[in-house]
Amino acid sequence: MRSRVVTYGVLTLGALAFLFPFYYMVVGSLQTSPDTSIAGAFPHPSNLTTENYTAIDGRINLLQGLANSGIFTGGVILGTLVFGVLAGYALAVLRWRGRSATFALVLLVQVVPFQLLMIPLYVMIARDYGLSDSYLGMILPFFINSTAVVIFRQYFLQLPKELFDAARIDGAGEFRLLWNVALPLVRPALLTAVLLTFIGPWNEFLWPFLITKDATMQPLAVSLANFISTIAASTTNPFGAMMAGAVVLAAPAVALFLIFQRYFTSNDLGSGVKG
Amino acid sequence: MDAGTKRRRPFGAQPLGILFSAPYLIFVGVVFAYPVIFAVWMSFHDYFFTAPGAQVDRPFVGLDNYVTALTDPDVWRAFGNVGIFLIINVPLTVVLSILLATALDRVVRARTFFRVAFYVPYVTASVAVVAVWLFLFSNTGLINNVLGPLAPNPSWLVNSALAMPTIALFVTWKGLGFYILLYLAALQNVQKELYESVAMDGGGRLRQFFSVTVPGVRPATFLVVLLATITGANLFTEPYLLTSGGGPNGASTSPVLLIYQKGIEQQNPDVAAAIGVVLIIFVLVIALLQRRFVGREES
Repeated sequence: MRSRVVTYGVLTLGALAFLFPFYYMVVGSLQTSPDTSIAGAFPHPSNLTTENYTAIDGRINLLQGLANSGIFTGGVILGTLVFGVLAGYALAVLRWRGRSATFALVLLVQVVPFQLLMIPLYVMIARDYGLSDSYLGMILPFFINSTAVVIFRQYFLQLPKELFDAARIDGAGEFRLLWNVALPLVRPALLTAVLLTFIGPWNEFLWPFLITKDATMQPLAVSLANFISTIAASTTNPFGAMMAGAVVLAAPAVALFLIFQRYFTSNDLGSGVKG
Repeated sequence: MDAGTKRRRPFGAQPLGILFSAPYLIFVGVVFAYPVIFAVWMSFHDYFFTAPGAQVDRPFVGLDNYVTALTDPDVWRAFGNVGIFLIINVPLTVVLSILLATALDRVVRARTFFRVAFYVPYVTASVAVVAVWLFLFSNTGLINNVLGPLAPNPSWLVNSALAMPTIALFVTWKGLGFYILLYLAALQNVQKELYESVAMDGGGRLRQFFSVTVPGVRPATFLVVLLATITGANLFTEPYLLTSGGGPNGASTSPVLLIYQKGIEQQNPDVAAAIGVVLIIFVLVIALLQRRFVGREES
């Protein structure tokens, strides 16, 4: 009994620490003037306004930013799904020369920190190919996600071999097998992979920050960061506007996660990282 | 299969696998292998930005870029800052995530609520939560209001002794949900009978935790330590935004932030590439040390 109280106490304390900043983000975005006293966390209705959202929208184009984030994220998800599924299927189901070497490569690539490649990638993509301020330039480094390849492989491995042998005897080609037999059976994996890959580009800051200088091309994370580091000080309620922007940036990812959280399970993520 | 018609198959039984994997392999070649080689080449040459297609000489300069990088006190400071970051972030991450995962594993009621609460910071953009932390930890922010006379002076993010620890705390909080998830998966592999046998020997909850749970999740701990180290080596967004570019006076500059400043702001991509190579070696050395350390405890 006592231990159960302790367990729930620890979890509640933890949950508070994790959720309070989000609550405070929303409260701050709705306050006419920032009230940083303890009472300010529970604001009086007369101190509430939507002005901060108008203010931030006046400085950075929120809709354009959201659209750019959406295109960037959508492109990454498309590449990850199509080519990740193909590679995952080849690694799990097909027997071909170089298969184990390819899988070793997939695991190795996951450990290479992307940021370490930023200078050569910047030179290649922005300078040599002239792809700065373009969606293609933003998407390219993330187009296929190695972690997703591992997740797909894990799922395809769990399908019974007999299933494939039977379909092959019936004369089905590999593309048909993949599309009509394997894919429908691993639908949850697709959703998990979409969720995991969504988080990456939607939240990515460094790479689009490097290659987008044109404000109309910047994903929301980049334009909000520019607002925080350079423009915020010149607004009447800088923290209010920052919070409003933060809410707009956080909302889509948090909402998607809340809706699909049951697909976000420890086993998928664990297998994705452990290989 | 059809053993009678055994043919030579130079590409394996199902060579289509090569075709299916080809886009991935090309991608890895273009986006990982080539840039890594290019970065190393760049670090040994006098490389500077030119107009696209311009024919220029980029002479081999040996270790010059490395000498420039390693005689720069800012570079040493940045690596020292990662050290401070790791000393705070790694133990805090390991202890808090084992603790919360164990607690989460034990409860039945409101399990989904707690899970969701812990993962929300992990799925949210750094830029968005950085904004809230700036608000909470500013000079006149809520944290200082709660602390009253105990509030640090100068305040958290402009204090050279506290800027890096505050960043480490932020990153720990932000990523903890992911590590809790890893530990939850690891806990499924711990044999339940072990708890019972410790209980039979008169061991309490605490004994069970230290003699069964902690050793049982050791592989996960190794992974968590490794991933946390990689996160530390990749630190950029947090010092860039939380401490306005690694301030005060470089107290929270990270190597990646320095690579950005040297390479792109100051237009010295060759020196920046050299710092990148040093950083890769730094990560590899730490990973090897950790493997040795964790491995020895295991045996």
